[in-house]
Amino acid sequence: MHDVATTHDEGKGQYFWVWGALLLLTAAEVVLAYRQVFQPLRMLEVLMMLSVIKSALIIGYFMHLKYEIAAMKWTLMVAVTICLCLMFIFFADAFRIIHLGVR
Amino acid sequence: MADVAVQHGAAEVYEPSLFGAYSKKIGMWLFLLSDTLTFGALLFAYSYGRISTPGWPTPFGKESIINATIMTACLLSSSLTMVLGVLAARRGDRAWTRNWMLFTMLFGTAFIVLHAMEWSRLIDSGMTPFKNPWAANVPQFGGTFFTLTGMHMLHVTIGVIYLGVVSLRKKFLPILLGLWLVAWLATPADNVFHVGAHVLLIGAVVSAAILFLKPKDYDAHDVEVAGLYWHFVDLVWMFIFPLVYLMSTRVV
Repeated sequence: MHDVATTHDEGKGQYFWVWGALLLLTAAEVVLAYRQVFQPLRMLEVLMMLSVIKSALIIGYFMHLKYEIAAMKWTLMVAVTICLCLMFIFFADAFRIIHLGVR
Repeated sequence: MADVAVQHGAAEVYEPSLFGAYSKKIGMWLFLLSDTLTFGALLFAYSYGRISTPGWPTPFGKESIINATIMTACLLSSSLTMVLGVLAARRGDRAWTRNWMLFTMLFGTAFIVLHAMEWSRLIDSGMTPFKNPWAANVPQFGGTFFTLTGMHMLHVTIGVIYLGVVSLRKKFLPILLGLWLVAWLATPADNVFHVGAHVLLIGAVVSAAILFLKPKDYDAHDVEVAGLYWHFVDLVWMFIFPLVYLMSTRVV
């Protein structure tokens, strides 16, 4: 494997910290869900918030996006976030069904 | 215009690469974005059904949740070993690049095996894509579960094969064929993985075509790009795990 110039100098240590944080967040999710701390809808919000934090850690550190240039970060993340948010359009319908009841 | 271009050196004719990154990395990122939308659509469809269907089954008790938590820890640890492999590749340390990637594959394989056992348990208890023993009025529960987790399991399997090709190259082919034989012959004939194991055979054929038709020495860039794919598979599980498992825990 030939040497490839690195644009940044990072230590191994930060990856272990990120790994530890991810494991802790997972443990928190499991405890919250298993103890059924919240009502289902609130639980969904809390779990998704924790999952978004976890995915930010994975994308930023493990996938190195933190160290890419700003144009790449913004183009990729804005594109994918907008596309995913467009899918929320279906949820109004899901709530409508549960409030009206299935006939 | 053509004359002008000819007078310049070849290096000046080409534009600099997008975002200053090498093209393989951009290609992988674009693929991962499209794959995000695939999984996004599946997860949104599942969540839609989950919200709009009263009486959604919650069959995952203590055993299932512990199993799924161990699977999550396996994937997270595999991401750590992968990133250490990428660092080793940047240092030019071939031996440790290979070792860390093998650890990653080991964790990935553990994930697949644990998940396969979980699937077999659920199928044994009477769950199919079209019915489940917990809620007769929600027949789609099995369909959503098997589609989401099956699609993810397929991605993990492809990831393990991808890492094997990059780390061991042609030496990986006999190992993969061995794994296929073990997975095929060690599972009972009525088990879904008896047929599913043939994914490994297809993977071996595709890997062989790549390794023999375009033989090359994979460098640190290839390791990093493989790493991007692997972390993405981990990332998707971070959403499937809470949505599918944690939202369906059985109250004790």
